[in-house]
Order: sequence, then structure tokens, then C-alpha cells
Amino acid sequence: MSTDTLLSFEESLEKFDPAMGLEVHVELNTNTKMFCGCPAVFGGEPNSQVCPTCLGLPGAMPVVNAKAVESAMRIGLALNCEIAEWCRFARKNYFYPDMPKNFQTSQYDEPIAFEGYLDVELEGGEIVRVDIERAHMEEDTGKSLHVGGATGRIHGADHSLVDYNRAGIPLIEIVTKPIMGSREKAPEIAKAYVAQLRELIVALGVSDARMDQGSIRADVNLSLAPVGTGSLGTRTETKNVNSLRSVERAVRYEMQRHAAILDGGGSILQETRHWHEDTGVTTSGRPKSDADDYRYFPEPDLVPVAPSREWVEELKQTLPELPREKRARMQREWGFSDLEMRDTVGAGALGLVEETIAAGAAPQSARKWWLSEMARRANDSGQEIAELGVTPADVAAVQALVDAGSLNDKLARQVFDGLIAGEGTPAEIVAARGLEIVSDDGALGAAVDKAIEANPDVADKIRDGKVAAAGALIGAVMKEMRGQADAGRVRELIIEKLT
Amino acid sequence: MPEIPGSSSPRGDGSSAAEERGGVSRSTSGRIEISRDEVAHLADLARIDLSDAELEHLAPQLSVILESVASIKEAAADEIPPTSHALPLTNVFRDDVVTPGLTAEQALAMAPASEEQRFSVPRILGEEA
Repeated sequence: MSTDTLLSFEESLEKFDPAMGLEVHVELNTNTKMFCGCPAVFGGEPNSQVCPTCLGLPGAMPVVNAKAVESAMRIGLALNCEIAEWCRFARKNYFYPDMPKNFQTSQYDEPIAFEGYLDVELEGGEIVRVDIERAHMEEDTGKSLHVGGATGRIHGADHSLVDYNRAGIPLIEIVTKPIMGSREKAPEIAKAYVAQLRELIVALGVSDARMDQGSIRADVNLSLAPVGTGSLGTRTETKNVNSLRSVERAVRYEMQRHAAILDGGGSILQETRHWHEDTGVTTSGRPKSDADDYRYFPEPDLVPVAPSREWVEELKQTLPELPREKRARMQREWGFSDLEMRDTVGAGALGLVEETIAAGAAPQSARKWWLSEMARRANDSGQEIAELGVTPADVAAVQALVDAGSLNDKLARQVFDGLIAGEGTPAEIVAARGLEIVSDDGALGAAVDKAIEANPDVADKIRDGKVAAAGALIGAVMKEMRGQADAGRVRELIIEKLT
Repeated sequence: MPEIPGSSSPRGDGSSAAEERGGVSRSTSGRIEISRDEVAHLADLARIDLSDAELEHLAPQLSVILESVASIKEAAADEIPPTSHALPLTNVFRDDVVTPGLTAEQALAMAPASEEQRFSVPRILGEEA
């Protein structure tokens, strides 16, 4: 456990202004690695996807993967970046067994994409523009397993075991400019930025975009300055924050930790911090000097990348509809209010609602089932809404039965019970559970007669012209028929019989 | 100098960390000198263990080498950009098609030690992965 002293979030804001920078690494889903033809897929047997190039064996020569360059440019364009007319790869020299070459092939002062932005929507609907400094190409490192330590971490480890399957997988590192003036919204902005960047990556189809598998990884840089001074303090870099919730928590934690140190007259040590998902704290990593002597120099084994303007233009023209544009279009087409749209997105039901509408349901019906019925059930069972076992096609089928008058909402809920219990298709469940609405006059008429007989005073009121009183009789009929009566027809029958 | 969060971007002005540290400097006579401390630092980065005597011996020699290399500035006019590649080529790419590599057995056959089909390396001190 950490022994860090924290100032309360509120007090840290009274005294300090946060400045944030976010670095996101995106592992591309190309077939092969950045500089060799080894498969770039996740989860192979250790060291089964390696070759002389990614093992850094003497004499091996790298060759750039064209698809990775294209993906990098598409990410850059989607982030409104300029695309370099000419840029180089560079060697970042360091000794660490996760890179057998003793350098990582990266880009230095000539990134493929630079000077862009992402407009990020916060929960309240506010749009915050996050400026992008650069997006550059590099390669992922191998994976180390530390042996001997109780926790799989370095401390106490006797030795480490390295798997180079991941070494050389194309990575795009996206770096924001300092995000200033975000104050109490800093944690939310950080989370929303990573979430919406991830959505954009998904829309582009350039990565699996799985934070839990590390195909998207976020590093959070944070510093505080005395409130109102507009200056920048010493930063810490919290590494590998691997869930959206953790991004928010890590920013908040570092704000409170920095504030306590600065408020106590101390100074921040510029260092790497490690986020611990389980305990929700950061711990000290290694000290980081600004110079960080990586001795970059242009990679002599790779010639420069100079994308033609025609290629850039072609990629720009073929970018898919991006998430924010798509949401705006869907909202227009579906006639949702801003609040309805936000709730749909917030519940993680946008895709489900979209598919349900595509399967034939009216937008408001689709929204109603997912956001009230399914969200409630998911909440009750502690599941994700998509894990309930109800598909968009099921919801559309149930709604079609409601539209046809075969089910009412109450019966529809019982069909959903059946779907979640795995009893089959909606039609099968309706048949098996006998849920169809009864509108047959014979059966309804008998129930109506019974209700009139049981409620003579109500019947008298209706005879006297107080038609509104029919509600009580309808309720009695519904009860008699276990909710399966066609309420409209029941009403007609009551009025026919009593007037 | 304040730290800019998020800005991992390198300096764009062509200065190097060494220059900033004051290790390499140009004396008033125009001679380029590399200090003993700077050589010690570079040796440390390159994991080369140099004795004091070796440092004293090497630093002046490296200064001479730097000076010789710097003489290229006299030949290259300002409008000639630094050359990093001898080949007048750009955009040498490979299609995104899997090609055969090594089996794990072949890859590990070259390792001094292996365990659980992974390369075994000494534990790493002073840093956490």
C-alpha cells in the first residue's frame, strides 16, 4: 500500500491548477509487424512469432509495413493533423531486455502526423477541444515476466523471462499538447478524451482497441501550478493506465498527491509512476530526466517516408464517418432529444439501439426497451447491458409483436424474462408461455360479464353515463385474464353491454 | 525550466542533451572539446566500464575525432541539409503479408538461457517494467 498523503480534491483545486498531457499508444491490427513479416496477432505461444529482424539478430534488415503507414496517416487525418511531406524513423537507444536490438525504432522530431485536435464531448454535453501535438510511428516491445517475486513485479524477482511476440508490432503514439484550465474537470476530460479517441480508432478499424489486452494504453502526465499563475509545475508520468475508469482515477489521485506535497512545502520529483488498479494508487517508478539520454539518431536502415499528397488526399476522402458525426446524424434521424441521446450513449446502448432500429423497431421503442427495461435488469444483475442475452434482433421482434397488437408492454416484459432465461426466440416464448393477447369476443365477453356482476356499483355509474369508471372494470378483466386481454376491445365490450 | 506535461517531443532546435549539459563545448579558439565527465556519462549509457585512466586518455582523443568530423561544416554550405541516408530513395515499403519466421525452438536455440519458452535474462535493477 502507498503511504502517500493526499489533499482532498476540493482543496487541491483551491490551491492549484492542474495541467495534463496524455500519451496514448495504439497497437495497430495489421497482419504483420512494423518492420518484418511476422504475424502481429495477440495471444500466440511465446516466441512463436519472431524472426531475425524483430529479435535484433546481426545483419537483419527492417522493411516498413505499408499498411501501418497508411493506418498511421488515417489516425492522423481523423485527428485533424497535418501529414508530414517527409519524415524519418529514428533509433531510441536504451538497454532493456524488452527490446533485443538495444534500441526501439521510433520517430523523433519528424512525426508522420502533427498539429491536430480532437473535440471531446463531456457528460453534460460540453465540448472541449484537446489539441494533438503529434502522432508518430514506432514498434511495440517484448513482454517481460518477472520470476521469483511474489507479485510478478521486478522487486524481489530473481530473473525475467521475455517473450518477443509483441516486439515489433506497429504502435502509434498519440501525444496531446498540455491541457490547461480544465480545473475540476481534468479527470473527466482525461477519461472522455481516451474514450473518444478509442471510439475513433474503432471507427477507423485500425486496431482491436482493447484496453484490457493492452492494444490501447494511456500514460497520464500531470503537474500542478499555484492557482491563477498559469505556469507549469514539475510533472509526473503515470504509465500504463489500462482502463477508462483508471484514467480518471489516476488523474485525480496524482492531483491530490501533488497538492499534498506542494502544500507541505515540498517539491515534485520528476519521475515515472505506476498505477495500481487494485488499490487505486500510484507508486514511484524510475526518476526521469528531461534529457532522457536516448541518443536518438536517424535510422540508417530505413529510408525516409514521404507520402504523396495524392495518397494523403485519397485517405482523407475515404475516412469513415467519425463517431461524433455519426452520433449527430443518428440523433437527427431518430429524433432523439439531446438528453435522450446522452442517456443512450451513457448507458453504453448506442450500438444496441442502432441495431434494434436497423432490425425494424421505431427509434423511441428501441430506446425505451434498452434504456428502461434492459438497463434496469443489467443494473439489478450487475451485468453489462450487452451481456444480458437479449439481442437487438430480439428486441425488434418483441416490439413487432407489440406493434401488431399481439403483446402489450407487460407481456413483452415476460418475453424478456424468457429470453434472459434462454427459453428460445420471442415467438417460441410467446407460444410456450401462452402470452398472446386475447381479443376473441367469446373469451373476453365472459370475463366482462363476470366483472360487471362482481362490481355492480361501478356498472351503475357507467349506465349513468360515467364512462370514465370503465377503467375499474377493465382492470378487473385484465386481472381475470392474467394481463392478456386486449384492453381496447374490453373497453368496447363494457360500453356495448352497459349503454 | 518548467516541465511541459505531455510534451515528450524532442527539441526542435537541433540542440542535444550533451550540449545542454555543457559537456561538449566550443572553446573560443573554435576547438571542440568533450569533457571527461561527458565521456564518463556516454560510457555509462553505452554500458562500457572505463577506468579513470581510460577516461583521461579517451576524452582528448574523442575531442580530436569530433573536431575532424566537424570540419565537414566547412565544406557544406548552409543550404545543404544534413544527409542521413546515402540513397536517394523514399517510401520503400513491404506489403502487409505474413512471411515465415523462426520457430520458438530456433529462436531460443541462440539464447544463453531460456525457461517456459521464453528468453531468460538477469533481473533488472533500478527500474520497473
